[in-house]
Amino acid sequence: MVQALQYFFSGVTVGSVYAIVAIGFNIIYSATGVLNFAQGEFVMLGGMVAITLASFLPVPVAVAVAVAIVTLFGCGLELVFFRRLRSHSVLHMIIITIGLSIVIQELALHVWDEKVRSLPYFTGNEASSVKLVGAALSPQVIWVLGTAGVVVVLLQLFYKRTLYGRAMRACSSNPEAAMLVGINTGNMRTAAFGLSAGLGALAGCVISPISMTHYEMGPGLAIKGFAAGILGGLGNPMAAVAGGLIVGLIEAFSVSVIPSAFKDVAAFAILLAMLFLRPHGLFGRPSGVSVREV
Amino acid sequence: MNTTTRIWPRLAAFAAAAIVIQLSLSAAGKVYYLTQLTMAVYYAIVVMGLSLLMGYAGQVSLGQGAFFAIGGYTSAFLTTHNMAGYRGAVWFDLLDKCGVIVSRKNLYDDTLVLTVAPWLAFIMAILLTVVIAAVIGYPSLRLRGHYLAMATLGFGLIIHCILIGSPALGAADGITGVPGLSVGGLAVSGKSAVRVQNYYIAWAVAIAVLVLLRNLVESRMGRALRAIHDSEAAASAMGVNTPKLKLEVFMVSAALAAMAGSLLTHYNEGIGPSESSAFKSVRYLALVAAGGMANLEGALVVSTLLVFLSLRGWFGTYDNAVFGIILIAIVALAPQGPFRQLGLWMNRYRSLYKPGKEARGGAS
Repeated sequence: MVQALQYFFSGVTVGSVYAIVAIGFNIIYSATGVLNFAQGEFVMLGGMVAITLASFLPVPVAVAVAVAIVTLFGCGLELVFFRRLRSHSVLHMIIITIGLSIVIQELALHVWDEKVRSLPYFTGNEASSVKLVGAALSPQVIWVLGTAGVVVVLLQLFYKRTLYGRAMRACSSNPEAAMLVGINTGNMRTAAFGLSAGLGALAGCVISPISMTHYEMGPGLAIKGFAAGILGGLGNPMAAVAGGLIVGLIEAFSVSVIPSAFKDVAAFAILLAMLFLRPHGLFGRPSGVSVREV
Repeated sequence: MNTTTRIWPRLAAFAAAAIVIQLSLSAAGKVYYLTQLTMAVYYAIVVMGLSLLMGYAGQVSLGQGAFFAIGGYTSAFLTTHNMAGYRGAVWFDLLDKCGVIVSRKNLYDDTLVLTVAPWLAFIMAILLTVVIAAVIGYPSLRLRGHYLAMATLGFGLIIHCILIGSPALGAADGITGVPGLSVGGLAVSGKSAVRVQNYYIAWAVAIAVLVLLRNLVESRMGRALRAIHDSEAAASAMGVNTPKLKLEVFMVSAALAAMAGSLLTHYNEGIGPSESSAFKSVRYLALVAAGGMANLEGALVVSTLLVFLSLRGWFGTYDNAVFGIILIAIVALAPQGPFRQLGLWMNRYRSLYKPGKEARGGAS
């Protein structure tokens, strides 16, 4: 029972990171129609930059500055690549984000190195633990869950309550109409890239003390985040949270059934199964624009 | 019509270039370059297969590395797994009677090793890969561009995890000690005595694949593929069975990847799990883009050259970055491939100095 609870919390922890990555996918996808294969790289960069800054800054400042830097980086990517190439086909967009993912990883390898790093624990250390209904939890787990929760709530408020958030939603539902009412759709796309990159970086910082930061962590995270997004149905941030938690839990509990070397296989198998059986997600319904081509 | 007749001079040029390269390398005393060239030519076969799928049919696959690895690992496993323990079993004796079991002596302790004959393993490697490609491709190819790329990437990562996590397949070390593949006096093997011979075998296979694919894209099927690339809806409205055709092309490209994987495994006498990594699949994608997407000859030339340079260690620690940058640069600057873009720029340059012609005419 206690062990099941332990699995449960580890699943919820990684799951909430997948959820943030999935939300990042959603933000860019709905604003620009680009599925950003380099999404996991934002998470890696956030962790890496924060670790470097933390060597001479207090941790909270380091995290804040890292998130700001990666946000600007995300905006920069949109300005340099995607704004210029709007007329290109989907095929070309996919290829560019794949290329970016590789180049960012290699840059990270040369700027930092292939060592596994981590931020210090935000509170306490690796030995300290909090008892929660019988399961021992690292205080960092509380940080991860809290951050994910706050992010989701704030994002929802941003989308529903603020003018800027509404403008961004307008852009994704109908770019032409948004343009007609005076929304600068180009800038909205840039903002979407920045927002998505910043969220990814934040996730990279809070997860770093537990799961470490490594230059190669991006693609694995991206595809699990994508699996989470697909599970919930792309274009729906709340469903992405549910999707992320489901992927995390399945991954955590799969360790008790299959060898842990095959842990990742479980998450990827869910992705394939979802794509093949219900590409519109568990909660979505098949919309007018189908993801199927025929 | 005239494109099919024009292919022969090009093939002759390829063959001549291959011979000139071999003779000049031998004359310069750098025969060992041929080893990497041979490997590069095999990798080029994977790239030509992907060019058919991506350039002509417009479908992105990030699973080519996995297909390559499935082919290579099937060959490696079947030709190294000792089946001496199965002697006496009905199916084993049946196989033995058919003459598809070969025996050799273990180098270290002189025990008898019975394995499947390499030629049969080669055929089984391709068949297995095609079946897997059909199973994966049938549902994936019904998805749109983004989703297909993700589905094949997920498939590739699963294969990678399985290869790394399976002790029977050598886990992180892969399989070594794979014997050569010999058919009628010709042997695909890494022994330095047959290096020149193997160089020509690789070119012969690559040129044969080029001719086959060339004929395919000049055929009715090739025209249907280009129609799918431009608009699937229009293609199916014109009576093209798009799902079936896409699946067939996917299977062809997987079979070519498996063939190259199997041959290269025999040539290198082993295979490791890194062949199935996402980096490898992205590299094939970059090479197709660098060759000009729908350009089989371009794919062959460019990927042989770039992979050769990469294998020689020219790019140093920036190996993967070089291929990533190629991807971005080609798509951002020359989406129709480097050769066509170069031609456009040259036309524009020329027309600037030709009186009586519109200066912007060449830029269209």
